[in-house]
Amino acid sequence: MQRQLILEDGTVFIGKGFGSDKEMTGEVVFNTGMTGYQEILSDPSYCAQIVTLTYPLIGNYGINRDDFESIEPAVHGLIVKEICDAPSNFRSELSVDEFLKQKDIPGLAGIDTRKLTRKIRQHGALRGRVCNMEVNVEEVVAQLQNHELPTDSVKKVSTVKPYPSPGRGKKVVLVDFGMKHGILRELTARQCDVIVVPYNVTAQEILQLNPDGIMLSNGPGDPKDVPEAIEMIQGVLGKVPLFGICLGHQLFALACGADTEKMKFGHRGSNHPVKDLKTNKVALTSQNHGYTVCEPSLVNTPLEVTHIALNDGTVEGVKHKEYPAFTVQYHPEASPGPEDANGLFNEFMNLMKNNQKVGNC
Amino acid sequence: MPKRQDINTILVIGSGPIVIGQAAEFDYAGAQACIALKEEGYKVILVNSNPATIMTDSEMADKVYIEPLTVEFVSSIIRKERPDALLPTLGGQTGLNLAVELHETGILEEFNVEILGTKLSAIEQAEDREQFRSLMNELNQPVPASEIIHSLDEAYAFVEQVNYPVIVRPAYTLGGTGGGICNNEQELIEIVTSGLKHSPVTQCLLEKSIAGFKEIEYEVMRDANDNAIVVCNMENFDPVGIHTGDSIVVAPSQTLSDREYQLLRNASLTIIRALKIEGGCNVQLALDPESFQYYVIEVNPRVSRSSALASKATGYPIAKLAAKIAVGLTLDEMMNPVTGKTYACFEPALDYIVSKIPRWPFDKFESANRKLGTQMKATGEVMAIGRTFEESILKAVRSLESNVHHLELKDAHEFDDAIIEKRIRKAGDERLFYVAEAIRRGVTIQQIHEWSKIDLFFLVKLGKVIAFENVLKEEIHNVEVLQEAKEMGFADCTIAKLWNQTEREVYDFRKQNGVMPVYKTVDTCAAEFESTTPYFYGTFEDENESIVTDRKSVVVLGSGPIRIGQGIEFDYATVHSVWAIKEAGYEAIIVNNNPETVSTDFSISDKLYFEPLTIEDVMHIIDLEKPEGVVVQFGGQTAINLADELEARGVKILGTSLESLDAAEDRKKFEATLARLEVPQPLGKTVTSVEEAVVVAKEIGYPVLVRPSYVLGGRAMEIVYKEEELLHYMKHAVKVHADHPVLIDRYLTGKEIEVDAISDGETVVIPGIMEHVERAGVHSGDSIAVYPPQTLSQDVKDTIIDYTTRIAKGLNIIGLLNIQFVLSKGEVFVLEVNPRSSRTVPFLSKITRIPMANVATKVILGTSLRELGYESGMHPEEEGVYVKVPVFSFAKLRRVDITLGPEMKSTGEVMGQDSTYEKALYKGLIASGMSIKPYGSVLMTVADKDKEEATALAKRFANIGYQVIATEGTASTFTKEDIRVKIVNKIHHEDHNLLDVIRKGEAQLVINTLTKGKQPARDGFKIRREAVENGVPCLTSLDTAEAILRVLETISFHTTPMKKVRPTKEVTTV
Ligand SMILES: Nc1ncnc2c1ncn2[C@@H]1O[C@H](COP(=O)(O)OP(=O)(O)O)[C@@H](O)[C@H]1O
Ligand SMILES: Nc1ncnc2c1ncn2[C@@H]1O[C@H](COP(=O)(O)OP(=O)(O)O)[C@@H](O)[C@H]1O
Ligand SMILES: [Mg+2]
Ligand SMILES: [Mg+2]
Repeated sequence: MQRQLILEDGTVFIGKGFGSDKEMTGEVVFNTGMTGYQEILSDPSYCAQIVTLTYPLIGNYGINRDDFESIEPAVHGLIVKEICDAPSNFRSELSVDEFLKQKDIPGLAGIDTRKLTRKIRQHGALRGRVCNMEVNVEEVVAQLQNHELPTDSVKKVSTVKPYPSPGRGKKVVLVDFGMKHGILRELTARQCDVIVVPYNVTAQEILQLNPDGIMLSNGPGDPKDVPEAIEMIQGVLGKVPLFGICLGHQLFALACGADTEKMKFGHRGSNHPVKDLKTNKVALTSQNHGYTVCEPSLVNTPLEVTHIALNDGTVEGVKHKEYPAFTVQYHPEASPGPEDANGLFNEFMNLMKNNQKVGNC
Repeated sequence: MPKRQDINTILVIGSGPIVIGQAAEFDYAGAQACIALKEEGYKVILVNSNPATIMTDSEMADKVYIEPLTVEFVSSIIRKERPDALLPTLGGQTGLNLAVELHETGILEEFNVEILGTKLSAIEQAEDREQFRSLMNELNQPVPASEIIHSLDEAYAFVEQVNYPVIVRPAYTLGGTGGGICNNEQELIEIVTSGLKHSPVTQCLLEKSIAGFKEIEYEVMRDANDNAIVVCNMENFDPVGIHTGDSIVVAPSQTLSDREYQLLRNASLTIIRALKIEGGCNVQLALDPESFQYYVIEVNPRVSRSSALASKATGYPIAKLAAKIAVGLTLDEMMNPVTGKTYACFEPALDYIVSKIPRWPFDKFESANRKLGTQMKATGEVMAIGRTFEESILKAVRSLESNVHHLELKDAHEFDDAIIEKRIRKAGDERLFYVAEAIRRGVTIQQIHEWSKIDLFFLVKLGKVIAFENVLKEEIHNVEVLQEAKEMGFADCTIAKLWNQTEREVYDFRKQNGVMPVYKTVDTCAAEFESTTPYFYGTFEDENESIVTDRKSVVVLGSGPIRIGQGIEFDYATVHSVWAIKEAGYEAIIVNNNPETVSTDFSISDKLYFEPLTIEDVMHIIDLEKPEGVVVQFGGQTAINLADELEARGVKILGTSLESLDAAEDRKKFEATLARLEVPQPLGKTVTSVEEAVVVAKEIGYPVLVRPSYVLGGRAMEIVYKEEELLHYMKHAVKVHADHPVLIDRYLTGKEIEVDAISDGETVVIPGIMEHVERAGVHSGDSIAVYPPQTLSQDVKDTIIDYTTRIAKGLNIIGLLNIQFVLSKGEVFVLEVNPRSSRTVPFLSKITRIPMANVATKVILGTSLRELGYESGMHPEEEGVYVKVPVFSFAKLRRVDITLGPEMKSTGEVMGQDSTYEKALYKGLIASGMSIKPYGSVLMTVADKDKEEATALAKRFANIGYQVIATEGTASTFTKEDIRVKIVNKIHHEDHNLLDVIRKGEAQLVINTLTKGKQPARDGFKIRREAVENGVPCLTSLDTAEAILRVLETISFHTTPMKKVRPTKEVTTV
């Protein structure tokens, strides 16, 4: 069935609808990864966004039961050049179309996704809507222009209640701002005894659990939309070793007095080179963020920059000068994307180990 | 890390002649490397034996040596030049092996020449099977179980452990002869026995077969600081079991989930980190379609054919960066040349799909074994880019120039279902088309998958294309359907057939209805960053990115895939033409589809369109760019063949007019012209029926030379000695009828002479005349060419100059032309005029230092030769002697008869130069891979007609102490002339026959002119093949033999006893 993507600037892309046929609105962003659409679709950080994938053939290997990064995808739409109706892979169980129907998420295929990407590159992320052909385009454009991007995305995708993921190793409290399962997987792989807690957990609640370490997860949207988290971090900082990823990294920076800002079109893909300023080595990383920590704002903070994006020099990692706490903007848990940075989880383990030797600081 | 300051002179080793498995990709790599190193301010010394390359242009390096790639000669260059370092990883396997040999002789240490880039130890670790296995085990990277065996019993023992199927790879046989996959005991016995028989060291490698797995390649790079990246991964359409070089390949991988992708990525990076690769590297892996189980197949610790493909597929210039890594730069400090804004340390993101299809030489070798296996057979390849797989593969198909523009099997009706199944189960070069035909016949995708193991993903897509044929058929002139068809990559001519209209009608209808392509940029980053590289591909979508400038532009058509008869020489000329056009101030636009070449490096032209070279695809570009005109004379027959359709569509052909092209190529017009110019040519006629042929041949008189009209490389051309041979030829070799006429010429024996010239219609400049060693009848491309001529009298030369000038003017040639003459009984005849650039242009340009392609282009653009400072006539002969020696790839082409004849068979060439003819020839032969032993044995079996000539040669061989071996027949003729001969049994003898002599290496040279038959059954054929399989030089032309003798005679002092004392008259004194 013919459907269309309407952008706030009035541009219209007409293509073939798949997945759900409902209307959905969101910020249109692009991801340049050539594989990993299942992980991307189920990454809660895409909450309320419409994702266009720059790789033209999507769905080739279907959807399998293993590669989800969350149970309920929060993405508002998928835009592709071509969607594969006959997936081929030994793990494939569903086509992307079937999956999106199940999850009631609209998809749009058959459009010039490169044109769309170039538009986003030039104008920055745009608000858009996937809808039927009947709608009145002018009206939709007007609505889009007044459309406020949601500020409660984290609340939407975070767990409501704490839950344990038992293990015999280090006790880690994992704060779920919209956590990718990959993070939990990496901790579990290291025998951690994890307790996943909601985004609005307080410092006391965490300290009562007497963890060896705290992990701040990734998540959607603007870090400034979750002040409660910033407060929590300030409450635990210095008391427990801490590791943060993506939104967790931004919240940590804010908690330490730095500032964050929205990027033009963000970093979304599996090929982002990040330089470790300590070793001078570059890791290829998986990234998905629209906000970033402003480098200048770090001057009067206890933070030092540990990693930068090779291409645009933006802050990709910081560590606290006194306390055992460090965070990165990218995704060491990968899935999707390269696993070059996986070692950061070991660093976190060491941090917890050494910290114990010293005795709680 | 900043670049090395402690070195300044770097020796770069090229890859030598074009052979199967080592083609133009190394000219691309080498040229890029030289440019990169000079960019960094190093002094570059280049050595390569292949003159037909851009890399051997004097501008490419500070010093260029065109010398044999042997320890002997490269050592002398090292002694002379004292380079600080040597870069071996850009010259393919040749360069790599040579570097290892040099190292082993100790010369590198002696002159402390450092090896740049990947260390030799690492190279050996990657190349040596045992070392490689143990490394893989350390890294616990799985490799298929394998074992070296010397007997059938050892084979059984191995199979006991690993079970069938196993793959046999005989050690040290050039042709991979006797190798294969065994599924059961019977096949094991068969293949192992033959494998052991053929292996001079009676050794075979047995390996657990993983045929049927997905074959995946990763092109990776690493720098000295241990930064490692994947430039591109590729998935083979043909599963493991068919050499990647013979497989249809797509980039990026299509059927791998991110987990599989990362699994193999990690494996690849682990391996290059362990090997400490510094530069580019190719990792081949096999992945079980049913699990995460994978195996490492091999690692090539250097740039390769695949890295050239990856570079063109992504825009990421691997060789260039590899060279810079070699001098100490790291990926994170180098810019990505495509964006100019981002860094080279990243992994390209594609937003299109690339298909590569190999180009095989089987159109030349009807008798060849066309089955594909673990031994590569392709001579070249094409690449196409599209936004869907269908578009990409269909564009690739029509780029092949095999007269197929669609997934269509020629004469499909001739094949019954059984054949179709057979050809799908056991892959040959045309499997893709058999698969399509099977789908058309209603065979299920699943069934085809079971037969071929080709992934369902690809088969389903092919199914969609086939299904759409019917939609098209039903929907004549339906614009939406048409749009969809074009998005799927259907060619106009295919649509035309389905709509039964002309291609032109379809094109015009599309144009009226706005169904036209747009051009997208290959930018390495899927549009995430702005890029300014002018590298485009066409597709049917919304946004066009190819902005037409207001500068005047000229379009140059490239020569497409490398094949026998149309090799790298044409890319050389194309590149020079592009440069000349830029010099002249025009915007130079190139269209080509060969990923191996320099011409498809986006930094060469102002705009590169990576598109098929068909009228439709070229017209799209012309409609957009509206150039001043199109240059067709450098792109070989590929470009020439497009000329008349282009002109018919109102496009200006720059240079020699279509009319003149026709006058040279159309037989009747050509005869008329020569008659008018009073230039003699062999008596000949065009016939359109078998009966006519018989009559004409009789009146011309046998032997005659027969061939179909309009061909390059003398395809299906034969010398016919009697009527029954003629009838056989007319029946089997050609399909003669009214619009497929056959040409019959008198076959003139004599010297063949070749000339290239540049003409502006008034002035005709002749850079040089080349004399062939082999008499006419051996294709000019297969014979040894000598500059300057050694035996031609001044007035023969004058005649040739006169004829050439007359022809150039008479045909009003504007640009280049190439003429072949035969000097028969003192009279000069014209054999052929090619109104275009030729195989010998680079050779002559390099000798005479006249940049022929450049000058010709300037002329084409309207400057006169006078203005360019050239006078009519022949350029004064240069000092020294230069020979061009052909190189063949027979070892890789089983069942092919190596006898030289009017059909071209060579894949490449080398140049030998020195002060004398013999020295130059010696170098040329050495460079071509022949080992020349001052003494040894020569096995001679010659046809009766050659006995007399052969006897003279045998005598000379005997004189320099060579042992002459022959079978009775030949032997008796020799002994009559009291030449000492060792008689050897004919083939049919059980014990120690001449085949054993060859196999056991008891002969250093084989001279065989037995039968010029095509039927493989014949003895002569068996002997020649045996020689090839065992790497013994086999000469089928007595002229070549004579030339080698001259060399032998000069390098070996021959011993003669003192003469008897003169008898003095008896004088009696009283
Ligand atoms: N164990 C095996 N079983 C089946 N096919 C194999 C096996 N090993 C290699 N091959 C096939 O043979 C081809 C050539 O093998 P490779 O080791 O790459 O030699 P080359 O150096 O000629 O590239 C591969 O591309 C693959 O398709
Ligand atoms: N009339 C002839 N007499 C003897 N040899 C000939 C004659 N015509 C062609 N040949 C031989 O055949 C070869 C190929 O013929 P040519 O016309 O050059 O075809 P191509 O287009 O393949 O170059 C020539 O190089 C020459 O050796
Ligand atoms: Mg290989
Ligand atoms: Mg010729």
